[in-house]
Amino acid sequence: MLNASLKQLATQLLQRKISSVELTKEFLKHIKTLNQELNAFITLNEEMSLAQAQAADNMIAAGEAHPLTGIPVAQKDIFCAKEWLTTCGSKMLSNFISPYDATVIERFNQVGAVNIGKTNMDEFAMGSSNETSYYGPVKNPWDSLAVPGGSSGGSACAIAARMAPAATGTDTGGSIRQPAALCGISGIKPTYGLVSRYGMIAFASSLDQAGPMAKSAEDLALLLNVMAGFDTRDSTSIQREPEDYAHDLEKPLGQLRIGLPREYFAKGMSNDVASAVEAAIAEYRKLGATIVEISLPNARLSIPVYYVLAPAEASSNLSRFDGVRYGYRAEQYTDLEDMYKKTRAQGFGAEVKRRILIGTYVLSHGYYDAYYLQAQKLRRLIANDFTDAFKQCDVIMGPTTPAVAFNLGEKSSDPIQMYLSDIYTSAANLAGLPAMSIPVGFGDKNRPVGLHIIGNYFREAQMLNITHRYQQVTDWHLRVPAGLLEV
Amino acid sequence: MQWEIVIGLEIHAQLSTQSKIFSGASTAYGAQPNTQACAVDIALPGVLPVLNYGAVERAIKFGLAIGAKINSPSIFARKNYFYPDLPKGYQISQFELPIVQGGSVKIQVGDSEKIVRLTRAHLEEDAGKSLHEEFHGMSGIDLNRAGTPLLEIVSEPDMRSSAEAVAYAKALHTLVRWTGICDGNMQEGSFRCDANVSVRPRGTETFGTRCEIKNLNSFRFLEKAIDFEARRQIEILEDGGSITQETRLYDASRDETRTMRSKEEAHDYRYFPDPDLLPLEISREWIEQVRAMLPELPEARRHRYIQDFGLTVYDASVLTAAREIADYFENTVKQLPTQAKLCANWIMGEVSGRLNKENIEITQCPVGPKQLAELLMRVSDGTISGKSAKDVFDSMWQGEHSGNADAIIAAKGLKQISDDGEIEKLIDQVLAAHPQQVADYHGGKEKAFNSLVGQVMKATKGKANPGQVNMILKKKLLE
Repeated sequence: MLNASLKQLATQLLQRKISSVELTKEFLKHIKTLNQELNAFITLNEEMSLAQAQAADNMIAAGEAHPLTGIPVAQKDIFCAKEWLTTCGSKMLSNFISPYDATVIERFNQVGAVNIGKTNMDEFAMGSSNETSYYGPVKNPWDSLAVPGGSSGGSACAIAARMAPAATGTDTGGSIRQPAALCGISGIKPTYGLVSRYGMIAFASSLDQAGPMAKSAEDLALLLNVMAGFDTRDSTSIQREPEDYAHDLEKPLGQLRIGLPREYFAKGMSNDVASAVEAAIAEYRKLGATIVEISLPNARLSIPVYYVLAPAEASSNLSRFDGVRYGYRAEQYTDLEDMYKKTRAQGFGAEVKRRILIGTYVLSHGYYDAYYLQAQKLRRLIANDFTDAFKQCDVIMGPTTPAVAFNLGEKSSDPIQMYLSDIYTSAANLAGLPAMSIPVGFGDKNRPVGLHIIGNYFREAQMLNITHRYQQVTDWHLRVPAGLLEV
Repeated sequence: MQWEIVIGLEIHAQLSTQSKIFSGASTAYGAQPNTQACAVDIALPGVLPVLNYGAVERAIKFGLAIGAKINSPSIFARKNYFYPDLPKGYQISQFELPIVQGGSVKIQVGDSEKIVRLTRAHLEEDAGKSLHEEFHGMSGIDLNRAGTPLLEIVSEPDMRSSAEAVAYAKALHTLVRWTGICDGNMQEGSFRCDANVSVRPRGTETFGTRCEIKNLNSFRFLEKAIDFEARRQIEILEDGGSITQETRLYDASRDETRTMRSKEEAHDYRYFPDPDLLPLEISREWIEQVRAMLPELPEARRHRYIQDFGLTVYDASVLTAAREIADYFENTVKQLPTQAKLCANWIMGEVSGRLNKENIEITQCPVGPKQLAELLMRVSDGTISGKSAKDVFDSMWQGEHSGNADAIIAAKGLKQISDDGEIEKLIDQVLAAHPQQVADYHGGKEKAFNSLVGQVMKATKGKANPGQVNMILKKKLLE
C-alpha cells in the first residue's frame, strides 16, 4: 500500500477495500517509524489528518469522490494551512498558527485530500540541502550521510521513503527539481502563474512557483490537476482554460525533438551523472525521439542573475517578519529599533540573513542600476535563449544537478558551492518555464540521478506525457531505498 | 535684498473607494481599531495584493481633469522601510512610471490668474496609525487605515507665495471633490499637504536648498507654515548662513516648523518594481469611458458664468468653489434666466450665510433652488421689496406654508403697493399732515425729504415700492 500509485490508491478507496482513515493511519505509522531518523516532517497533527480522512470517507460513501479523495498529501511547510503550525522552516514563525488556508491547501481540501503533515524545508526556502532549517536537516533516505537537497527536501524525502504518496513543493531556483533528483523521485515546477502563490510564504515572488512531488509522472499529472488554476487572489496567476494533465499521458512520442544544450554537456557535469543522463536520452531515442543540439549561450549567467534578483525580492518580502504582529519577538529589548534588530538577528538563520544583506545591497541607492537593473536585462536575454531554442525542439533535456547528493555538512560552509547546485535549474525560473526532474538511475555511492526536462510555456501535459512514456519502459521511479519498506 | 519664495506641494488625496487599494477590507472612517484590517492589510505570511480598479479609475479621472497624460503601463513599486504601522515593511507606491504625468491647474490670486504645472500623480497605499497615548510604556497599532488608497499629487515648484500655495491647494481640493474622487475631509485626513519651500534672491534662476514641511492638515496651517519657513530661511541666509536640506514638521500650537529628520538621516527606500503586481495597462477605451463620465469642470463653468451670465470673475469663482453650490446656482438661474446676478447675490449672501450659521451643506438646504427662484421672481417683478424678501426667505427656511414664497407673501401681506394712484393718495395725506416738514424741505433742508419718505412708508407699513414713493413725492413737492 505504501508503494502504490495514486491511481491504485484511488481504486482501492473507491472499491472500499481500504478506507481513507485506515490509509492515513498506515502512512502516519510509517512516518512515526522513520521521522526520528529522516526528519522529513516538522509538524504532524494526527487528529486533524484523521478528521479529514473521515470526511473523505464520507465523500466516497456519498458517491462524491474525486481522483484524490482520501489520499494523504504531505504539504511543504511554506503553505499556510488553517489551524496548522506554519513555520517555513524558521524560528521566526516557530509559533505561527495560520488563521487561513493557502489556495493550494484549499484546492486539496476541496477534493477531499488528506493533509498528512507539514514537511521540513530550508529556512524560507533558501537552501539546496535542507540544512538551513531551524528544525534541523533532513536526511536522504538513500544514504543517511547525504543531503536530500532543498529547499523542498522534506517533501522529497517523504516521497522517497514512502512516508506519503504525494507531496507539494515550491521551486524558486530548483527547490522542487533538485531534491527530487537527489532523492530519486519525480517533481515538476509548472509555468510561472499556473499555480496560485496565495498563502505560499514568499521568497522571491517573480520566481516562486508551487508544484507537485511524487513517485511518477502519472501521479504528478493527477496532483497538478488539483493544484493548477486561476486565482483572483494572486495577480500573477494566469487565466486560461483548465487542462486535464492526465489526458495525454499515453500518447506516443511521435516526432518528439529533444534539444540538448551544448553548454550543459560541455563541462561541469560529473561522469556518473553524465552516463545516467546519456542512458536516459538513449532510451528516448529508442522511443522514437530525435535529438537536436541547441545552444543556450546566456545560461551560464543564470546563477549570478538569480543571486541578485532572488535576494533583492527576498530582502523586501521578509521585511514583514519584524516581531510586531505575529511570529517570534526577542524577549528583551530597549526600544523599537533594538526590538527589530534583536528579533531579526535571533529569528533568522545565517543563510536567510546573508540573502537579506545581499538583497538590501543590490537595491541600495547607487547600486541598483549596476546590479538589479542589469540582472533584469540579463534575465530577458536568458529567456530569449529559450524562445530561440524552442524553435528547434519541443523539450530541452539535461542533468538536473551536476552531481549526485553531497554529504551533510560538505558545502554548508561554502555558499558559492551550494549555490552552484542550482546551475541547471534556475534558468527555468528566470524564464518562467515549466521544468521537471525524473529519476534515471544511480551514480556514485548508489545515489540517485535526475533527468531535467524543460518545456515550453504551458506544455506541462506534453512533459508529463513524455516522462510517463519513459517510466512505462523503465523502473527507476519504482525503486525504493533498501530496508525502508520491510513490512 | 529682495527674496523670492519658491513652493511646490505634495498632496495626498484619499480616494473615495469603499474598499482598500489592495484588499477587500472597508475604508470607512472611525471604526474600532483593527476591525477593518484583513489578512492582506496586516501582512500575514503568504498574502498577496490585488489591485482595486475603482482606485485606478479615480486616478484616471483626476488625470483627465487636469489635462495630464495617463501612462500605460504604469508600474507599482515597493518603498522599503521599517515602521510598526507599515505591516509589510514596505509601502506599495509608484515610482518611475506613475499613472498620471504632467497636467496643470489654473489658480486665481487677487485679480491675476496663474497656471501651476503638475509633475505627476501616483497611486499608493496609506499606512496604519501608531497610538502612543492610551498605553503605558507601549505603543498601540491600528491598521484600519493601512491599505487605504491615496493619490499623491506632486506639483512643480511653480508657486511664489503662501497665498498662491493656498489657492493651488484649494483649487485641487475643489477639483477632487468636484470629480467625486475624494471627499476632501481634512479633519479625517482625506486631504493632506506637504510643502517644499525654498527661497532665492529675486531675479536668480537656480533654486535654493529646500525644506519639506510635513503634514499640513488645514489651509490656514499651510499658509502659516510656509510663511514661517520662508522667514526662517531668509533670516539664516541674511545672517550669512546656509540652509540644510531636511524634513520639518509644522507645530501649529507654537506656529513654527522644526527639524524632523536631516538629509543624512533620510531613508534609502530601495524602490523596485513590485513583483506581486503586473504593470498596470490602461486601454484607450477605458480612458474614453472615464472621460465621458467627467462632469463639466469648475474652470469651464467659471468661464461660462462670466460669458453667459455676465458675472464677475470673483462671483464666478465663489459659485464654482464646490460642485453642489454651482449646481444650486444653475438650477436657480434656470428658472430666472435674466436674473443671474440677483441669483448669485442671494446664494453668496443670504443662502450661504444661513448655511454657515446652521453649519449645514447646501445639499441639505431647506430652501431648494426652485423655491429660491420663486422668491427672487417676486423681487424682480417688484411684488415685494428686497427687505421683505429676507423675511419671506426666513419663513421658507422654517418651512411655513410648505416653503411656498407666494403663499407666505400673501399670508404676511407683504405685497408692495405699486399702484401710482394709491401711492399719490397716501402722499397727499402725508403732506397735508406734515406742513412743517414740507416747509423745511422748501427751505433747503434735504433731511426733511427723507423724513417724509419715512412717513409714507410708515403709513403703508413698508409695503410701498420705495423707488416709486421717491419719484412721486419729488414730483408732488415741486408742484
